[in-house]
Amino acid sequence: MRVIEFNDVVKAVRDIIVHCGTDLPQDAYDALKQAMEDEKSPVSKEVLKQILENADIAKDEKRPLCQDTGLAVFFVKVGDEVKINGGLLKDAINKGTEQGYTDAYLRASTCEPFSRANLKDTVGYNLPAIIHFDIVAGDKIDIEYAAKGGGSENVSRATVFPPAAGKDGIVEYVKEVISNAGPNPCPPITVGVGIGGTFEKAAISSKHALFRTLGTHNEDPEMDELEQRILTEINNLGIGAMGMGGTKTALAVHIESNPCHIASLPVSVNVQCHSSRHTHITI
Amino acid sequence: MSKTYNLTTPLTEEQTRMLKAGDIVYLSGVIFTARDAAHKRLVDLIEAGEELPFDLEGSVIYFVGPTPPKPGDPIGSAGPTTSYRMDSYSPTMLKHGSKGMIGKGKRNQDVKDACKEYGGIYFGATGGAGALLGKQIKSAEVIAYPELGPEAVRKLEVENFPVTVINDTYGADLYQMGREQYEVK
Repeated sequence: MRVIEFNDVVKAVRDIIVHCGTDLPQDAYDALKQAMEDEKSPVSKEVLKQILENADIAKDEKRPLCQDTGLAVFFVKVGDEVKINGGLLKDAINKGTEQGYTDAYLRASTCEPFSRANLKDTVGYNLPAIIHFDIVAGDKIDIEYAAKGGGSENVSRATVFPPAAGKDGIVEYVKEVISNAGPNPCPPITVGVGIGGTFEKAAISSKHALFRTLGTHNEDPEMDELEQRILTEINNLGIGAMGMGGTKTALAVHIESNPCHIASLPVSVNVQCHSSRHTHITI
Repeated sequence: MSKTYNLTTPLTEEQTRMLKAGDIVYLSGVIFTARDAAHKRLVDLIEAGEELPFDLEGSVIYFVGPTPPKPGDPIGSAGPTTSYRMDSYSPTMLKHGSKGMIGKGKRNQDVKDACKEYGGIYFGATGGAGALLGKQIKSAEVIAYPELGPEAVRKLEVENFPVTVINDTYGADLYQMGREQYEVK
């Protein structure tokens, strides 16, 4: 067994949260820069210029990229030879989240669903974090983190098709979701598509798909082709940066596909705004 | 062709009626922040005939919930939030003298109609540009509902705050116009 100290996990989580709040990851920055160069609409080009300038200011002056500093979402792979000394791994991740959000002056955005009371004083500052655990072989902890904003989450959708819907049905569905969303999710967006599994497996896959590095291809050639097909359809919608009209509505489409029940074809669409704050560490 | 204007608040109907969807405006002066929770309270006050925490006449309302300020700064990052959540309240605000709203994303027909009828403008600011926009805010003061935290009503003093006219007083909608121009059918 490898023993990892509780406080080491807290510090590692705190550090990635502080970093992600102000420093747009290189893959997102590069994708936006490319979009600005390719964009045909002068108005959207100007918006993209402002978005990149914002990223420069945020990094240089350590200011949050966006006032919506998100809910903290984690995908954690825990090695079966790891033991945490001093507490539970889940508690360490939550504690690191609270410290990171507090130390970097990020916004506390969690609230009670109906009273809308902010949970900063009761549950904790921007707590609880959303954590998806998996157990793998080995003696390491692998943590993927994203700060997930509300505007793009609000336009995300899931459904379960009959198998006959096939690829065409999925393409039409994703197109419809993005078309209805229009300017609201802060385009240019990244579109995570979860296919197969069960209802919730598709949704979790669509979220995890957003963590993939922008500019990389799907390892499955069939899914890679489907990603490109959906991306073209989305960019043909003409929504553009912040919905001002343009040729770059999405930076990328990322698909995660799973085996599913013989009776169903679940599909979920999770949208990520242009401020794609995500990172990955191994402890 | 879109034009660029420098305007100082409060806005007059003469000013708002000259703006067209697509125009770029650099706003200076005092603006007020309010999101869903604050709008509900403000509209409740209007309907009860009670006094508001600020003068609505010519006012510009910014839909924003900023991050906490770092020591020495007036405000943290402060970009727009999605505006449709304010759709049910905005017509009442416009009817009672407010002349502008700053947010991002689509508005419903009621808001567009109210812009026409009362001479209001819906401005879009760049979502996700909170660091850049926060720097154009020179002072910030919570003037109502501090218990709402980021959603409290703040009086902001802004300088050359960059916005684009999305919905003008003639019923035009930049989101529709822009999309029609670039849609590939």
